[in-house]
Amino acid sequence: MALSQVNAPIYEALRRFRRMRVVPFDVPGHKRGRGNMELTEFLGEDCMNVDVNSMKPLDNLCHPVSVIRDAEELAAEAFKAANVFFMVGGTTSAVQSMIMYACKSGDKIIMPRNVHRSAINALILTGAVPVYVNPEVNSQLGIALGMSVEQVERAIRENPQAKAVMVNNPTYYGICSDLKKIVELAHEHNMLVLVDEAHGTHFYFGDNFPITAMEAGADISSVSMHKSGGSLTQSSFLLMGKNINSDYMRQVVNLTQTTSASYLLLSSLDISRKRLALSGREIFAKTVETAEYARSEINGIGGYYAYSRELINGDSVYDFDVSKLSIYTLPVGLAGIEVYDLLRDEYDIQIEFGDIGNILAYLSVGDRDRDIERLISALAEIKRRFGKSGADMLTQEYISPIVAEPPRKAFYSDKISLPLEESAGRVCTEFVMCYPPGIPILAPGELITEDIIKYIKYAKEKGCQMTGTEDLNIQRLNVLV
Amino acid sequence: MELWFTERHTPNVKFSIKVDRQLYTGKSEFQRIDVFDSKEFGRFLTLDGYMMLTEKDEFIYHEMITHIPMAVHPNPKNILVIGAGDGGVIRELTRYPNVESIDLVEIDELVVEVSKKYLPTTACRLDDKRVHIYYEDGVKFIRRCENKYDVIIVDSTDPFGPGEGLFTKEFYGSCNKALREDGIMVNQHESPFYDEDAAAMQRSHKRIVESFPVSRVYQAHIPTYPSGHWLFGFASKKYHPVHDLKAAKWNMLGMKTKYYNTKLHAGAFALPNYVEELLKDVE
Repeated sequence: MALSQVNAPIYEALRRFRRMRVVPFDVPGHKRGRGNMELTEFLGEDCMNVDVNSMKPLDNLCHPVSVIRDAEELAAEAFKAANVFFMVGGTTSAVQSMIMYACKSGDKIIMPRNVHRSAINALILTGAVPVYVNPEVNSQLGIALGMSVEQVERAIRENPQAKAVMVNNPTYYGICSDLKKIVELAHEHNMLVLVDEAHGTHFYFGDNFPITAMEAGADISSVSMHKSGGSLTQSSFLLMGKNINSDYMRQVVNLTQTTSASYLLLSSLDISRKRLALSGREIFAKTVETAEYARSEINGIGGYYAYSRELINGDSVYDFDVSKLSIYTLPVGLAGIEVYDLLRDEYDIQIEFGDIGNILAYLSVGDRDRDIERLISALAEIKRRFGKSGADMLTQEYISPIVAEPPRKAFYSDKISLPLEESAGRVCTEFVMCYPPGIPILAPGELITEDIIKYIKYAKEKGCQMTGTEDLNIQRLNVLV
Repeated sequence: MELWFTERHTPNVKFSIKVDRQLYTGKSEFQRIDVFDSKEFGRFLTLDGYMMLTEKDEFIYHEMITHIPMAVHPNPKNILVIGAGDGGVIRELTRYPNVESIDLVEIDELVVEVSKKYLPTTACRLDDKRVHIYYEDGVKFIRRCENKYDVIIVDSTDPFGPGEGLFTKEFYGSCNKALREDGIMVNQHESPFYDEDAAAMQRSHKRIVESFPVSRVYQAHIPTYPSGHWLFGFASKKYHPVHDLKAAKWNMLGMKTKYYNTKLHAGAFALPNYVEELLKDVE
């Protein structure tokens, strides 16, 4: 029988397997949960029952020949990709695999600097050399925008030997670049186009969303199915276009991927793909409706600015993802991170992130109308109770870095640790970032400036969760000797 | 044949009423609505299987949630009631001739329709010309109100399901904003007895204490609610619920009540020690 989108082969195989009541003398050692009752009571018997190892009836992610291959083919059909891989190491592993496929040590890759740390990590692993295209910054909101076509063109012209162009599309805030034009330019110069589409899963299934990477003709894309797609945390898809050798890609993925892929993650990807293929259109129509409603109510409070398609400028904001609820908070006199903390500490509401001037509330089909009303009311209350004049606030989310050394070289060089205050003028050998969003303020190989030190201190003072450095308190930075 | 309505009060305790017949069952966008007739309690209304009111004991709840704030506020003219689609609070409020306007915000229109049809005991005054009904989420309605009401009565269901938002800090903060500078808010405050109810009670008390300068709790005995021991919250910007009680003035109104009187008013704020402790823990 031919499979179609109503099937979920891994899920179906697990259900068949459960009925067989096979006696386990293999790993995992919890033996369907019986060996660890406290965990079983916490997670549930059904969950423990399908936490099983690769075996013939369930296929093997490292070398898929049956149900996993079937599930991957269905996913490819759903995403209109030539091939799709199920990923169990997060979108981080998908992004790293794209770069490791495209670049060898010393190869150049053109990318925006406001990428997720996973991309720069991949540069350390491969030794690829970044050619950063500095994003334009919206001077009001302080946020980095998409890649301008003109700047990409210049980078390609100046680095004709580069192997790939990487695009972050959409950004965390929902901003999209002119993907189609960038693909045309890159392909004219024989460069691959890699897309970090972590925040764009829904583009493939909803109506009136910005163009998808596969539709724009990009070569590889990483989509976080666990973000807007509804699968379990850490599960993700790697999408490939027709010019990618997927068998070689599998070898690249297997360099770093676990050999014991979790069937909880795999089945969650399978079931979620089925759900989106069958009813994604309605699901995302509802999400967009919720976002539009929340935006109009929040903009009605005054002070807050929930932005949307009006930012579109034909280039660095080529399109906008209206399912995102990004809100500029500085006119209320509060940094985004302060609003983020108040929402949780005062109102028991957890949002995705707050940075210097913005917050992002992640919306999905799981949201209930009454919870949206709570979020809006809590924002109104925060303004009433905690609002102040907006003077004296840092506005810049993004500082263009000065790259002194390639990331890999800086990361592996001899270094010393200096107090933050004394590190200006030195070359940093580690990451500094607020998480979320996980976009580095400093990456290995970048020059530390007074502006950056000021930014780090301000972000710490406002309560951003800073990560990346060897010193967990971020009082010292590692720099090149 | 025996037909029984059963509500689970805790995982280990059930409360049952023998049912004579079921008069209505229906499902709205928000919840399942049922109306039954019984020998012991008369007609009763349940939402999602939880007891809302019975004809036999509803007077206790409705008198205690209404007359307490009305006897403290010197001149309540503009009243907001949230929830209360059964009309019981409205019935009590419309007995005050000086009340000028009553806004009723009920999320579920079907509750009002069903009450009008099957529960005339409580829904009898919903057509009073001072009453304006808004079918809206209370959290949303109150967000837009500022310095408008003398008394707000929050007649919510439980802190799960459609009434969840009416137990949040953002809601209590919005109520504060919606009240005039001497306004009073009274709310259904859950029960102190069973563990889960007590935890919900403490949570909501903590949030009210953080939102109002004056915040006290009072009790009543309601036989058909879990444990029968029930609490109400009294929060205000100015008035103390007992010291500022205008007993003589209220008694002059000559209102006949079955449960409430001004002596009981003061007594209701005297709480058992274990309840005082639960409250102090979060103050």
